[in-house]
Amino acid sequence: MMLKTTTALAAPTRRGFLAGAAAGGMALGLGLNTRARAAEPKKGGTLRVGYTQGSTSDSLDPATYANDFMFATSYAVFSTLVEIAPDGTAQPDLAESYEATPDAHVWTFRLRDDATFSDGKRVAAADVVSSIRHHMGPESKSGIKPLLAQIKDIRADGDNVVIFELEDGNADFPFIFNDYHLTIRQDKDGAIDPESRIGTGGYVIEAFEPGVRIELKRRDDYWKAGRAHFDKVVLLKVGDPAARMNALMTGEVDLIDRPDLKTIHLLKRNRNVKIHTQNGTLHYTMPMQVTAAPFEDVNVRLALKHAIDREAIVQKVLKGFGTVGNDHPIASSMPYYNAELEQHSYDPDKAKHYLSKSGLSSLDVTLYTADAAFNGAVDASVLFSEAAKGAGMNLKVSREPDDGYWSNVWLQKPFCCSYWGGRPTPDLMFSAGYAATADWNDTSWKNERFNQLLAEGRSQLDQGLRAEIYGEMQQLCQTDGGALIPAFGQYVSAMSTKVQTPEQVSEMWDLDSTRFIERWWMA
Amino acid sequence: MPPLMKLIFSRLALGAVTLLAVSALMFVGIELLPGDLAQQILGQSATPQTLAAFRADLGLDQPAHLRYLDWLAAAAQGDFGNSMASRRPVADLLSTRLANTMFLACYAAVIAVPVAILLGLLSALWRNSLFDRSVNVGALGAISMPEFFVAYLLVLFLSTRLGWFPTLARIDEAASFGDALYRSFLPALTLILVVIAHMMRMTRAAVINVLAAPYIEMAQLKGVPRWRVIVKHALPNALAPIINVVALNLAYLIVGVVVVEVVFSYPGLGQLLVDAVASRDFPVVQAVGLFFAGTYITLNVLADILSILSNPRLRHAR
Repeated sequence: MMLKTTTALAAPTRRGFLAGAAAGGMALGLGLNTRARAAEPKKGGTLRVGYTQGSTSDSLDPATYANDFMFATSYAVFSTLVEIAPDGTAQPDLAESYEATPDAHVWTFRLRDDATFSDGKRVAAADVVSSIRHHMGPESKSGIKPLLAQIKDIRADGDNVVIFELEDGNADFPFIFNDYHLTIRQDKDGAIDPESRIGTGGYVIEAFEPGVRIELKRRDDYWKAGRAHFDKVVLLKVGDPAARMNALMTGEVDLIDRPDLKTIHLLKRNRNVKIHTQNGTLHYTMPMQVTAAPFEDVNVRLALKHAIDREAIVQKVLKGFGTVGNDHPIASSMPYYNAELEQHSYDPDKAKHYLSKSGLSSLDVTLYTADAAFNGAVDASVLFSEAAKGAGMNLKVSREPDDGYWSNVWLQKPFCCSYWGGRPTPDLMFSAGYAATADWNDTSWKNERFNQLLAEGRSQLDQGLRAEIYGEMQQLCQTDGGALIPAFGQYVSAMSTKVQTPEQVSEMWDLDSTRFIERWWMA
Repeated sequence: MPPLMKLIFSRLALGAVTLLAVSALMFVGIELLPGDLAQQILGQSATPQTLAAFRADLGLDQPAHLRYLDWLAAAAQGDFGNSMASRRPVADLLSTRLANTMFLACYAAVIAVPVAILLGLLSALWRNSLFDRSVNVGALGAISMPEFFVAYLLVLFLSTRLGWFPTLARIDEAASFGDALYRSFLPALTLILVVIAHMMRMTRAAVINVLAAPYIEMAQLKGVPRWRVIVKHALPNALAPIINVVALNLAYLIVGVVVVEVVFSYPGLGQLLVDAVASRDFPVVQAVGLFFAGTYITLNVLADILSILSNPRLRHAR
């Protein structure tokens, strides 16, 4: 076994190591870190996963991916140009390197020349161009289409180089290519075959029954060093939380996502099971539309922001699996997080002070809520209402039906509950939900300074300046914005103690940003 | 038996009309649900352009009645089309799931029906005895609990605590028949516990009802043993209601087990239907729905025919 490990590690040519800054280098660094704990990745074993999501309607067409089951499959069987490393930075993956013109308008991606598809063919620039084009144009039905609208032109320059020309400069452009939609497929006459199972990832598909299971087998000729440790991986859709947890307790699966937080203490009784948490980017929001009375007054917004007991929501609704939010959407695990900001907390006196500043003696507002917004939203709203009483406010909780919540309540009612899954960079997060022009600007907040900074930061390549810009934007969100963000949720999963994780995992999304199949191993 | 043939034909014709009505109702139902397939699949990331592209691609931009008639014309010729969500032929999607559902239903029925009838006869034989009372209490207890609760109890005791059976009923092509029986034992047992009471109570009641008839008294006076009285004299005359209840429960075993499928992650038709409705995948919903409706109709026709056959008075028109 040991011998096999060393050969596999050494196999992918010196080039991989010399490429240095690339993924190979990062994996090597990780190996060094974890060696101290004697938990070096080991090849072998079968990983069986019980997954919450997964549907009979799933297909391998990357434009249609809609759930975790397919995201994980996508990262295991295919690969992306860029991946997000455990430290939150973008690192080249299928690309060997990339660089931008000083205004971040034109991006040049150089491809690795040792990356191959599972049928032995080398990855070429034409493959990349067709794979990205699959998500663009009027015919495309891909979910990532809006993000790719900034691309004016893609072209292959020779066999190894792809050039992207953008409408406007974007310093965060490489981050987009971590997306599970943008996996690279083989080009065939200028297009990809979306159903093809031939990928560049560490695993090949042995059996796929949509909505039931997928079985993966490791590729012996995988080009990436120090990755893909399991011999076999089986993903099972187990929709019922009790069934998932039972299967883990009895050892029928090794890993489950989303255990039921109400009964998670029962899992802890089993000595062969460990709980894994990640401080992700998932957060729960209560957007106030700043164009509607009484929220157009910033003092009313601030009063409400001080009338909610965030700590109680984290403890009682999230059962402790979360952290308090500070009314801006940037998570502590994201680049450019502003740690200097003063934490908003429950302070009835301050709330009363802001309320009197707005000229109101009492406040009557309705908070529209449903558990469709997030699990526990109704409980959180009721807690908020009780806490607000202490600040002399009358917050009425209106429970709405779960069906149609996103079309009838969100973006329609002036004050409701919602959530955001994360984005890897402040720019992507702010552009999606806070920019004046965003379709999903659910607070209708149009702060001039904020939008000016957003445009400035996007094309700025200087890291120091960007940190300043995004720091100020977080502060603007917090003190002026319409979003009340009480809490960030943790991603919670549970696994057999045999499953080993690197010391640092990527926290952006659940399970090592859904790349666990390639990064984790069996003891 | 011309009257019987006439009955069969009229029932089959009625069945076809019912299926047509069911398919129209299902179509209207799916149309009434908020959102269509394009919105369900694209979810929060939908923009007007992607939605339009998606709809044009699937023909969802056509008026509803045209889509229904197109589907109907193809279905009448036996072509159920492709799933709109996964693009796979509906027949392919259905075949493995159907086999799984039938396997589980047969598994449960093969055990539940004989056991229920036997228990019913025995409790009629030993009416008001301790045996009768305990069988009744047990059966009624099992039926009064929701099926998912029965399933969780079985998992807790037979799987988590004792470790005798797996909690996930994973069935795949590689599993041998014995393996499949073992892996799906818990879902089958859940279903058995849920359906047994109904059939057993009906058997008991029907037999006891007949036992009050004068010819039974005659048989007893003749000195026929009590078990023989029940099996030879009472049971044949009590068959009709029993057959009807058995048919109802068989239909339930095929169409009504989605909750049990979910608890054990058993890949049956129920989960397929739920997924298809969630994604508004109309061809799949129609195919599964029609199969379910067809099952009910067929089993009911079968029950009627069998009850007529079992009763000479109905066999010969007067």
